[in-house]
Amino acid sequence: MKRDFTIRTLVGVLIALLLAGPLLPRWAMFLITVSLCYGTVVLGMMLLMRTGVVSFGHGLYYCLGAYASGTLDVLFGVSDIAVMLLAAVAVTGVVSALLGLLLRKYRDIFFAMLSLAFSMILYGLLLKTSALGSSDGFNVAAKTLFGIRIAGTEFERYLIFAVTVLIAFVAAVCMHKYLASHMGRLAGAIRDNELRVEYMGASVRNTIHVNYVMSAVLAGLGGALAAVSVGHIDPEMSYWTTSGEFVFVAILAGTGNVLAPFLGAFIFETIRSFAYEYSPNTWQMALGTTMLLVIMFLPGGLWSLFTRMRRAT
Amino acid sequence: MAVVLEARGLNKNFGAVTAAADINVAVERDSVVGLIGSNGAGKTTFINMVTGYLKPSSGSIAFGSRDITPLAPRQITRLGICRSFQIPQLFNTLSVYENLLVGVGIVASGGAKWADASRHAGTPSETVDSILERFNLTGYRYKPAGVLPEGVRKLLDIAMAMAVKPKILLLDEPTSGVSADEKFGLMDMVMEAVRAQQVTVLFVEHDMDIVNRYTHRVLAFYEGRIIADGEPGVVLDDAEVRKYVTGEARAAGGGKHAAH
Repeated sequence: MKRDFTIRTLVGVLIALLLAGPLLPRWAMFLITVSLCYGTVVLGMMLLMRTGVVSFGHGLYYCLGAYASGTLDVLFGVSDIAVMLLAAVAVTGVVSALLGLLLRKYRDIFFAMLSLAFSMILYGLLLKTSALGSSDGFNVAAKTLFGIRIAGTEFERYLIFAVTVLIAFVAAVCMHKYLASHMGRLAGAIRDNELRVEYMGASVRNTIHVNYVMSAVLAGLGGALAAVSVGHIDPEMSYWTTSGEFVFVAILAGTGNVLAPFLGAFIFETIRSFAYEYSPNTWQMALGTTMLLVIMFLPGGLWSLFTRMRRAT
Repeated sequence: MAVVLEARGLNKNFGAVTAAADINVAVERDSVVGLIGSNGAGKTTFINMVTGYLKPSSGSIAFGSRDITPLAPRQITRLGICRSFQIPQLFNTLSVYENLLVGVGIVASGGAKWADASRHAGTPSETVDSILERFNLTGYRYKPAGVLPEGVRKLLDIAMAMAVKPKILLLDEPTSGVSADEKFGLMDMVMEAVRAQQVTVLFVEHDMDIVNRYTHRVLAFYEGRIIADGEPGVVLDDAEVRKYVTGEARAAGGGKHAAH
């Protein structure tokens, strides 16, 4: 059996990012932060895809996580990053546990469309909520971290970056461990043959439900981190094109390893930033071309490049 | 001997079709029972009712002292009744090793829901290795199940059923799709595994040589009824069985093989 370097690579990237952080130019730090937020969401998408279901509505949890952390300040005047993240986890956990009761019964296009419908309901609700800025959304300012004031200090950017890096790291390690566990292994088995899983004594619906909640919480965390690092949230986060982007990045990255979503998100954000910079009117074309090339030449996603290389050595 | 599985007055109708009519069977512990009958005679319906996939229109099924009629397949599996499939049901993109590990993992993580006596000794990976060895699948360990030859798929399908530690194993045509010279080898391997783990076996089979060689008892189905029930030599010589199930020519051969 091939040796698994995933955890070692993750630790290496963690240390490298934390050390390099203070030296990075602001735009690079922001690009990495946003990529990690996106990557955390896509990590959850990866779990769902491995289970054989695709959600076209994960913007729901991305948005919900962001609004849960943002409204804490609006409603209760709480703007501590740790509390904001916990709120995002709690809200997305509860909502996904409830919606999962319905979604676990559906597969394929029905699962995808139903999840999309839920995300568009949130989008519609937020659009009508003028207290939360309707379609403009509102600004989010995280002022403290574990009670220590960071807003306005020179470390503010770096601390937010470091928190994002740490959370993405913990999420990736946990997901890696989970996928290798007995329960995690059921994902691939369910994708291949649900009937057989039931006849071996495991519940397909329960497993899908658990994986759905996990992926939703990751999306919520990603959304809350994005809210904190970008500083602004709007209902667009729950719009179906946002959900589509998560699916896009998951396919671009491939589902072979927990590192893939982060790599995919980084490449996606990089292409988007530069394409937007150089051709503001046709930047989607650059993304579309990338997708086309990946589907044609790397149907297993970018990650399959690494597996091919390892097989060759 | 103790009765481990008992069907009482089972009936099943699909519209006007009778798939099971007043089936009464008590299966004894550690016995090997063959189910024979032409296509549509009700053998698979019987298996589907025992495993909970189909609910009988009337009647009940007891596993030991417990009524399992209302339970879902998953719950019945967890009690210790597991099945293999006529068309192998595998996890095609997973390796042979992972296919078995899924089953062993389900047992290992099932906690108190599985009877303690049925837990595997050793680590999951050791357990899988021993199953691979027992079913002579070690050479295929890293191969995805989707690329295996049919005979190996069949074997893996049965090995997967054994991986969840059944007390009763139901095999739906274990040798169909397996080449004639591999059939006995496959059955020898399965029966050895079954004896080692003290599993009661019911299997559907069309090959009367297999039935004759491996069973203690044969149930002959015809139009949803059991028309003969007893030792293989006796059942295969039965006039009705010869007429409705085996056909005259096969039945004549059946008596000859009864010595096995």
